Formats: sequence, structure tokens, C-alpha cells
Amino acid sequence: MKKQLEGIRDKAVRALSEAKLQQDIESLRVKFLGKKGELTSILKQMGKLSAEDRPVIGQMANDVRSFIESNIEKRVSELKSEETRRRLQEETLDVTLPGARRPIGSKHPLSIVLDEVKEIFVGMGFDIVDGPEVEYDYYNFEALNIPKDHPARDTQDTFYINDNILLRTQTSPVQIRVMEKQQPPIRVISPGRVYRSDAVDATHSPLFHQIEGLVVDKGVTFADLKGTLEIFVKRLYGEGSVVRFRPHHFPFTEPSAEVDVQCFSCHGEGCRLCKGEGWIEILGCGMVHPKVLQNCNIDPEVYSGFAFGMGLERMVMRRYNIDDLRLFYENDVRFLHQF
Amino acid sequence: MNLSMRWLKEFVPIDDMTPRAFAEAMTMSGSKVESWEIESEGIDNVVVAQVLSLEKHPNSDHLWICQMNVGSGQPVQIVTGAQNLKEGDYVPAALHNSTLPGGTKIKKGKLRGVESNGMLCSLGELGLTVHDFPNAIEDGIFVLGDDCDRTPGKNICEAIGLNDTKVEFEITSNRPDCFSVIGLAREAAATFGKPLQLHTPCVKAGNGDCSSMLDVKIETAELCRIYSARIVKNVRVKPSPRWMRERLRAMGVRPINNIVDITNYVMLEYGQPMHAFDLRFIEEGKIRVRRAQSGETITTLDGVERKLTPDQLVIADAKKPVAIAGVMGGEYSGIMDDTTTIVFESANFLGSSVRVTARDQGMRTDASARYEKGLDPNNCLPALQRACELVELMDAGDVMDGILIDDCYSKKQRRIPMDAAWINRFLDIDLTQEQMADILQKIGCVMDQGDIVIPSYRPDLEHKADIAEEIARFYGYNKVASTSIRGGAQGKYSERQIFDRAISETMLALGLDEIMTYSFISPKYYDKINLSENHPLRKSVTISNPLGEDTSIMRTIALPSMLETLSRNYNNRNAEAHLFELAKEYIPTQDDKLPIEKNKLIAGLYGEKIDFFALKGMVETLLDKLSVYEYDIEAVSDNESYHPGRCARLTIDGEELGILGEIHPLVTEQYGISSRIYSFTLDADVMFAHAQREKQYKPLPKFPAVTRDLALICDDSIPVLTLEKAMKKAAGSLLESIKLFDVYKGKQIQSGKKSVAFSITLRSADSTLTDEQAVTTVNRIMKALEALGAVLRS
Repeated sequence: MKKQLEGIRDKAVRALSEAKLQQDIESLRVKFLGKKGELTSILKQMGKLSAEDRPVIGQMANDVRSFIESNIEKRVSELKSEETRRRLQEETLDVTLPGARRPIGSKHPLSIVLDEVKEIFVGMGFDIVDGPEVEYDYYNFEALNIPKDHPARDTQDTFYINDNILLRTQTSPVQIRVMEKQQPPIRVISPGRVYRSDAVDATHSPLFHQIEGLVVDKGVTFADLKGTLEIFVKRLYGEGSVVRFRPHHFPFTEPSAEVDVQCFSCHGEGCRLCKGEGWIEILGCGMVHPKVLQNCNIDPEVYSGFAFGMGLERMVMRRYNIDDLRLFYENDVRFLHQF
Repeated sequence: MNLSMRWLKEFVPIDDMTPRAFAEAMTMSGSKVESWEIESEGIDNVVVAQVLSLEKHPNSDHLWICQMNVGSGQPVQIVTGAQNLKEGDYVPAALHNSTLPGGTKIKKGKLRGVESNGMLCSLGELGLTVHDFPNAIEDGIFVLGDDCDRTPGKNICEAIGLNDTKVEFEITSNRPDCFSVIGLAREAAATFGKPLQLHTPCVKAGNGDCSSMLDVKIETAELCRIYSARIVKNVRVKPSPRWMRERLRAMGVRPINNIVDITNYVMLEYGQPMHAFDLRFIEEGKIRVRRAQSGETITTLDGVERKLTPDQLVIADAKKPVAIAGVMGGEYSGIMDDTTTIVFESANFLGSSVRVTARDQGMRTDASARYEKGLDPNNCLPALQRACELVELMDAGDVMDGILIDDCYSKKQRRIPMDAAWINRFLDIDLTQEQMADILQKIGCVMDQGDIVIPSYRPDLEHKADIAEEIARFYGYNKVASTSIRGGAQGKYSERQIFDRAISETMLALGLDEIMTYSFISPKYYDKINLSENHPLRKSVTISNPLGEDTSIMRTIALPSMLETLSRNYNNRNAEAHLFELAKEYIPTQDDKLPIEKNKLIAGLYGEKIDFFALKGMVETLLDKLSVYEYDIEAVSDNESYHPGRCARLTIDGEELGILGEIHPLVTEQYGISSRIYSFTLDADVMFAHAQREKQYKPLPKFPAVTRDLALICDDSIPVLTLEKAMKKAAGSLLESIKLFDVYKGKQIQSGKKSVAFSITLRSADSTLTDEQAVTTVNRIMKALEALGAVLRS
């Protein structure tokens, strides 16, 4: 019997090592260990053994059983991992093929930069307000200290609807609307469309965007104007930006200034980008003219403030090196998808 | 405004300054320099040369071989084709390795076998014209006259005075005083801390009294503040001396003759326009400054006959206008060859009146451009005196005694109280009153008993804020500190701004690109989108002075702008375009009121992946994302721009929310697109009003759902939405969702009918549903469906 058992063990080990499929192993399990299996049939003959031999053979039979069982387990797991390996092998992809992209839209470049500007000013405590594009002459000119016969009107070629209504030439009328509605402290920016009768070419458009800013409170100073705009310029153009304030004239601010940032390309030496000047003009600003405050029933003896305005298109053109303003309004998807 | 540095230096001692340093400092004190040009730049190694001898070229019938003295001791041989030379002439010679304006390089070479060591130059080759040197000829070598330094070997630019530096300024509209050499000199003196050396004109006259020859009267005091004139007899018209010609040239003014040049010279120096009349043509010796009479005409110097209106100011004699005041003289007022006696006019007209007149007459002149910004009436007499002084200096005529003058303006000086403390606070600087006074005195203010007395050439100084600017710009804008605004403030986006941003972000996430289009369109665009003739949207805000028809009205509907953009993309062969814009529409109200500016979201798409339901899916996703829920959708066939069978209107609480569908094929054709176009427009204002932005958490379901599928047969004409609504209404509180999963028409279905299959999910929040509960609900649903003629498919 001992020999028989050893024979079964060796046969089972051999058969298992030859098995290639999981179901083969299952039938081997039945064949050797099943109720009608070879091991069972031997155990049935145990009764015939002597009392001494019985425990020895019994022990041996159990050992053979567990040996076969563990070999079955081993073989099963071998086959499993082999099969997995084969399957994964078959599933191998050319990972250099292009991905299936999810379509996502492109934000207009003007919006991208405008949103950045808004973020910066909101972070500095400004609210965002807007006003009508079709505007009364009063708000666009009169209240901003530009009466009917003022020469400054010549420099802003205005689209008129009638004698009193026009397409706003600047976002500054929103200043007046805000001050009429709200007592200081005021801290707002107002981005929007403005209109001037310039024929369309690479650098002119009858419609463009400005961003206006207004701060009015007790004790606002020219130094505050400088500090605020310097922070803005550094946030937008980088901490290393060099800024200068240059006297200028606007009818609705006094003192007035233009703000230049040192040319990013030549750092002040003068190059093509800055037309040899070394500086690039980026915005206009000034202390709100006392007459403008008065026009809005704000006492210039008590309050002071500053205002600023900048052209969005120029900023975006510089940011992305765009050389033709018309691209913004043509909206060719090959242009839009670049941003 | 161009400025001759040579002229400027007559008034301010700034000899040792590079153009760049000058430009930089002037810019930073408020007179912005746009550019500068050194006249001699670009001319190199060109010298004065004297013709020692000239002989015919042996191999040419027109070339000359010249031996030239170029100051080097050895004669230099140069071959020229010019025919105007003779021995002894002094001419410009471009020597071997020289450069001429425009970058032309001259090298020695052979002309028909004869060596030539350079080139003799004409005026044109030096960048000059016969106006600069009236005694020279246009087509020949420039023979230097005795007004040039004729030392052989001398640098030509120095010899002929072509060595000025021209600086171009941008002058702001508040500073008409800076449209003059003296005005800029005053700024320069204050900028560089140098003295301003002004000169008081001195006229000898003494050629008889003129007061009986001309009677000057201002008849409209509101439009003319002062009119002054002097008479010069025995006028000797000839070219001006070189120094005057070169200054005029540097300022960009062409020299004509001494009298005209004097008027221009004084205008440039003082900023005061001058005019010279021929006394012969002033009838009855009367000059009247008056409004034109209606119907009056004048033929101006440019030969154009012009109709005048009573709001236009003229200078008239006893019978007729002889000049449009401040704009242009009449044709007979000019200086002619036989002119003997002239009247110099120096007057001050109201700027706004000159501006309107020049605009209405369509002619802006140097004079009107200066007048319209508002000139200093106190400048008239000095300018007049200066003109007469120059006449005497240049021997251009005999100035008569007496000044003819009428004036009617207040000579009271403006005073502004000095408030140093306020200025220090306002600018956040720390200057003493004396330091401020020092700055102000440099620009011509006088301190008097605590007041700043403002000079009459600075009408822009009205308020202490104006004084602050003067202080700041000479103190240095960039020396002022940079501080933060005191006091906290919370900046935030409004709910509406957040909502609009959510719209944009959702559209981007849906794969649409953002566009920006012009707000103005052509009225023809309404035809292109098939709008009926009497459609109310055709009534638009109209621009009275548009650039062209294409941009002449403010759009009342955003669709044409979108279609134009799609069309442009289509023509540019872009296979697909999925676009959106947050666009404004401008709806007129009353003529004297502003229009309503509506905020719309418009999308427009073409391309393979798009169909009606892709479009509708976008709308549904968007509205869902924006929490706009209880809206209705109905088919509409009456919108002319859309396909009558593929268009739906969205409403919410009876308000129009928007429209979506396929663009009408005829409209698509109008835009030259042979692909289907899909578009929707949603009213952003209405969406915002109905968005349920407040969110509340609902617990996740604890009990299982029961799902029942219903396959129905119903009339094809019943919209699925009608079935859904009926089911929802009937189902009661256990209904969680109804999902359509199939619509089928065709084989096995009777014609005129369709098969529709829904999956119904029922769930209770507080218990597991029993079979009985589910059956009851489904039975109720079936009953409602049967009422619509729908039956279970067997």
C-alpha cells in the first residue's frame, strides 16, 4: 500500500506538471482526490490493514493528500499568472498613438487677460461695475470736464446717435455714474467696449476695450495712485517690471500722468518693440479733477481720488506678440485655438 | 510740434546737452518728445570744394572733368555731368567713401575711362530743395552763395547750416502756449533750471503815421478779444536770409519770401498766428471784425469759393470779407509781386469759434489749429512788434509809426491762493512754501500776498489741483512716494458677474470657443437673416456718422454677427466651428432715451459632429449647470431665421428664455455656407433671474428603487414631452425619474404611429417599495397615457 500511495503521489505530480488548462487540473483533482478517486479507493482498503500499520498508512495517505492538494494549488496559481501574462501581452497597445481628446473651448484672448486684470483688482479691494455703451453726451464728455467746444473732443472721433446720445468713446463715463449713485469710499474698475470712428487697420479698430478704474475717499493721494498702479503693473507684467509716471493731460484728472513700463525686450535701451523709446506706454491716470467731483456732488474739499484707464487690446497684443488688431474680431478658430 | 534746437538755444543756455538727455528730461517734465532728428546725420565726408578748372571729357559730350580744391592742398579730380559750373564756384563735394542722405555711398571710380574721386552734389542729393536755397537751381550742382561758409574742405553741413537738431513734441491740448519756441523754451528753462532769456522786440519805424490809413474795429466782442495791426510801406519782397530759412525748415515750414516767412517765423516763435494783407485791397481803409452775413462768400487763398454763415467770424473791409478770422485769408489778401504796402494783423479770436468754423469749412490750417486751443491775448502786441522788428532787420520794408488796435478783453489776472499744506497732503510730498514758489516762478507765476498770480498764457491753471500738477512735474513724478490706499476694502464679484462667468466656463467646457464681434452691423444683415420687412427688430439705434454702412446700426439681434463669423470660418476652410459669445443687443426705446442693452448668450455651430440634438443637449446641460430648471420647450415654425421643422422656443414663467434650432437653409445660403448651421440664443438676464442659485443638500437614497419599462404605441404627432408631462403629473410622489430610451417608427408599426419606450424609476424615501405600490403607480401612469391615446405595445 505504501508503494501504491507513493505511486499515486508521483503520478499526480507528473500529471499536474503536464496540465495546461485550469479545467485539466479540476479533472486531476477528481481523479486523484475525488470520492471515486484513486486515493479514496486506496483508503477504502485500510480496513484490511493490521492495527499497527493502519495509523502509519493513514498518516501517509493524509500526507499524500495534502501534498497533492498543495501541488494543485501551486499549479493553479502558476497557470493563472501565466494566463494573465498572456492576456496582458495580447492587450499591449501602441501608446504613442494619439489620445482621444475631449473637446474643450478656447477663451478669447481678450477675455483671458481681462479676467487676469479683474482678479488683480478684486484682490486689491476693487468692485467691478459696468455702464451703458450707448451713452449720453453728458456722461461721456460734459461731466468729465469736456464741454461742447473743448478741443479734446477733436482727438476722440465720436460716433453720434443724435445731439445728446453717442457711443461712448471711453469707459470714463462709468466713473460719473458710480459717483452719482454711491458716496465714497469708492473703489471700482469698469471694463467694457468703447467706440471711436477710426477706420479698421492693423492697429486701429472702431471698437475696442478699455478698463477704467476709480478710487475716491478721504485723503487719497497722488502717492496712493502711484502705489496702486505700480502693484497692478507688477502683478500683470511681473515683479521685475520697471514703471515710470510721466506728466500728461486729461481733462478729467489733475495732475494727470501716463504710465510707461520699461521695454521688456531691450530694458530701456530702445528697440523696435518700443519704437526706440525704451519705454512702452500702458495706461493713463490722474487725480480726479475737482470739477468732476463737484459734478457728482462730492465735495473736493473733503474727498479726493484717482482714476485710470487702459486699453485692453494693446495689452493683449503685447502679451501674445499679436501684430494685427483685426484678428481679435475676425474670430478665426485657428487663431482662437492658440490660447 | 517740431522744434529747432538752434532756435531754442537762443532763449535757453543748454549748449552742452545731447538730444537724448534733452528729450528724456523734457518728457519727464511733461513735454513729451516723440522723436528727434539731427539734420546732418546721414551726411558724411561731404565738404565745400572750389572749382579750380573744368575741361570737357574726351569721351563724352556732356561730362566735365573738374579739378577741385577740397582744402587738402592737392587738387582732387571729380567728373560731373552738370552744366552749371564755372571756375571759382564753391560746391558740395562728396569725397571718396562718403555718405549722402538715404544711405547712398560714394566711392571713387572711373567715368568713361576717366578717374573721378567723388561726386559734386545737387540740393536734392543733400536732402534740400530750392526753397532752402532760393538762389540755387533745382537741376544742377548746388553752387554755394555768399550766405554760406565757403572755406574749401569745410564740412558741408556746417558750411550751409544743415546742422540743426529737430525735436518733435507731442503737445497736449491744455498747453497751446507750448506750440511755440518761446513756450517750449520756458518749459526747458524750468526743466533744466536755466534762465529764460527773452528778448523785447524793438521797432524803429519813423516812416510816417499810419493811423489815418486804416480804421480797425471789433464788432463782435464775444468772438474777438483784440485786433492789432501795423502798416509797412515800400515792401521789398525777396528771399529771407539763410538763418531764417533754416529755422523755418527745421520747424517743418517751407520758406516762401521774406514777408510770408516773417509771419510764419513769428507764429512759430510766439505761437501767435499773423496775417499780412495787401492794403490796396482793403476798401475804404476799414477793417471790421464781424460775423459773416448770411449768403456772403469769400474765395480763400487756396482758390476755393466758400459760403459763409453768421456763426463764422470774418475780417471784412467796408464791403466784403477779406479773411475768415483765424483760418485763412482771402485770395486778394496775399502778397503779390507788385505789393507795396502791407498790413500785419495780430489778433485774438475765440478758440471755439475758430474751431467750429474750420471744421464747418473743412480746412484746418496752422493758424486755426493754434487758435482753437485758446491763445493768450497779451501775446498779440509783442508778436506784432516782433514782426515789424524783423521787417527792419531784414530790410523788407519801411515800418510806419502807430499801432492800430481795438481790444475788449479783461486784463485782470487770475489769482489762486497758495495752499502749500494742501498740495503736500494731496501729492504726499514735503516741500516748503518757498520751494513751491520757486518752481512756480520758473513757469512765469508771480507770488503776491499769499496768492499765485497766473500768467495769461496759462489759462489752464484754474484750481489748486492744477498748481499741484505744476509742482509735481518739476519736483518729479517719480520722486513722489508710492503708497497703498488707506482703509480696507473688500473687492468682490457680484452674483451676476459670477453667473456670467459660470455661463462662459460651461460653454468652454462644452467645447465651444469664445468669440467677440462688433456691436454694430449693416441694416442689410436683417435681410440676410430673413427678418420680415416689418419686423420690430429692424428698428435699430442708428449711428449718424458711421464709418460705412457695414457698421452703421447697433444690432438688435446677435445672430447676424454669429453667422458672419461662422461664414468667415467656413470660407477660411475650417472644417468645424463651435462658437459662442456673450453679446449685447441694443433695443431702442425713445429717441431721447438710451436703448436697453440686453445680454445674450449666443452659440453657433457647424461641422460633422453637430446635429439638432447635440445642440439641444448643450442647452440642457448649460441650463442644468446654471440651475435654471422649470423651463418649457415648444416647437415653433414662425421664426424666419430658423428651419421651420427644427426650431424650439424656450420659455420660463411665460417669459422668453431663448430659441434654438437649425438655421434656415435659405439663411445659410445667404452666408455662403453649404453645411447645416445650428444656433441657440439664450437671454442671460432671464436665465439669471430664474436661476436657483441657493443649493440644499438632499440625503442619498437609503431604500432601493423599482424600475419599470413601458413600451408604448401612440400617434406620431404627439410630442414626447407631452407624454412625459402627463406621466409626471399622474405618477405622484414616488416617481424619481422618467427616461426615454427608444423612439421607433417603421416596420411593424402602423404608419402614423410611433413606438416610444420609457424607463420609469420609483422610489420611496422612507421604505422599500412593495409590488403593490409600484403597480398602483404604474397603473395611474398608464391611465394618463391611455387618455392621450397611447397603449402598451403588445
